[in-house]
Amino acid sequence: MARFASVLDLIGDTPMVDISNLSPNPLAQIFVKLEGQNPGGSVKDRIAKAMIERAEADGELFPGRRIIEPSSGNTGIGLALIAQLRGYPITIVMPDNTTPERRQLLETFGADIVFTPGIEGSNGAVRRAQQLADEHPEWAFLYQYGNEANPQAHFDTTGPEILRDLPEVTHFVAGLGTSGTLLGVGTYLKENKPSVKVLAIEPPAGEKVEGLRSLDDGFVPPVFEKWGGAGLLDGRRIVRPLESVLWTRRLVAECGIFAGVSTGAAVAGAVKVAERLAPGERASIAVISADGGWKYLSTGIYTASLEEAAEIAETVSTW
Amino acid sequence: MSVSVRLPTVLRPHAAGQSVVDATAGSVGEIVGELVGRFPGMKGNLLSDGGELQRFVNIYVNDEDIRYLDKAATKVADGDELTILPAVAGGMS
Repeated sequence: MARFASVLDLIGDTPMVDISNLSPNPLAQIFVKLEGQNPGGSVKDRIAKAMIERAEADGELFPGRRIIEPSSGNTGIGLALIAQLRGYPITIVMPDNTTPERRQLLETFGADIVFTPGIEGSNGAVRRAQQLADEHPEWAFLYQYGNEANPQAHFDTTGPEILRDLPEVTHFVAGLGTSGTLLGVGTYLKENKPSVKVLAIEPPAGEKVEGLRSLDDGFVPPVFEKWGGAGLLDGRRIVRPLESVLWTRRLVAECGIFAGVSTGAAVAGAVKVAERLAPGERASIAVISADGGWKYLSTGIYTASLEEAAEIAETVSTW
Repeated sequence: MSVSVRLPTVLRPHAAGQSVVDATAGSVGEIVGELVGRFPGMKGNLLSDGGELQRFVNIYVNDEDIRYLDKAATKVADGDELTILPAVAGGMS
């Protein structure tokens, strides 16, 4: 049945596609779960819905109350989509080096945007949102980095979907942002199939972030610590912009999958897993594609030379 | 041959503005010790008072987080790359 009462019922239950033609090892299959198929275009629709529903249930959110949230785009878009339907005004605090498409989508869904300097990265947006929330106690600060509903949404939906669609899963690979996807899916998979390895992929985001007085100003998402992230993960790897762009483009050219740059990074991580299996070891690797490529078209990443595209990916927020 | 150490923006002022410095191969702990010896300004950034790596410092050998390898005992060979990054709020959010 493909008839639904509300667009919000389309969130989740995303398709998984075999991309083993990209695998360097014939014994390793790779499957990508296309979260860009969610109505707001990213994996973040899941947590947007969960965080709003939890805040409503707790009495934190009621029609007319403003939502405030820091987001480099995807969470903001998911929240704005739902907020508009439910009658919540919304302010998204976003680094100013995000793509025009993200800004336009937020405006399309009726969000107000407060920009923070891109050079401060997501840290700057988190700090500013916290300040605004402190100044406006009448607003609802959902705070995805510390909100239990974030990993819980993935424990309840994304994890079970992966195990249902790929029962032979041996490895789970996803990008590290708030850490919600890795924690929720990773916890679910390990509870139900303890042999599964959970691997985090991240861009070298801290390399260029300014506005840190020292490393003591660092940030670890509170949900990462609450859900025992350090003990849950089996590995954590940086994927640099050139490699991310390379795999993003191979996904388009060899699989017909038009995904965002963070997907290329996650696929690069899966390929590394496939390369390093012990002789004779078989693997079925599940990779999260956080979003599609639509919101990054204006950057030229898909059509510029690989080197130029990597340079663009270093300066534009593509995660 | 030696090990290349990539420094984040926040540490470069302590290394005369360099983004990459060379170090002698060994364990991660030995390399951090060498860095702190050569660039004393980094000490408070990298190590706690007890001499442990600071909580908000992430170190990677050939792009893999050493917490999931052998931590400070992780071996770094000639030609390897060690990357130091501050823990920051993630991008994909």
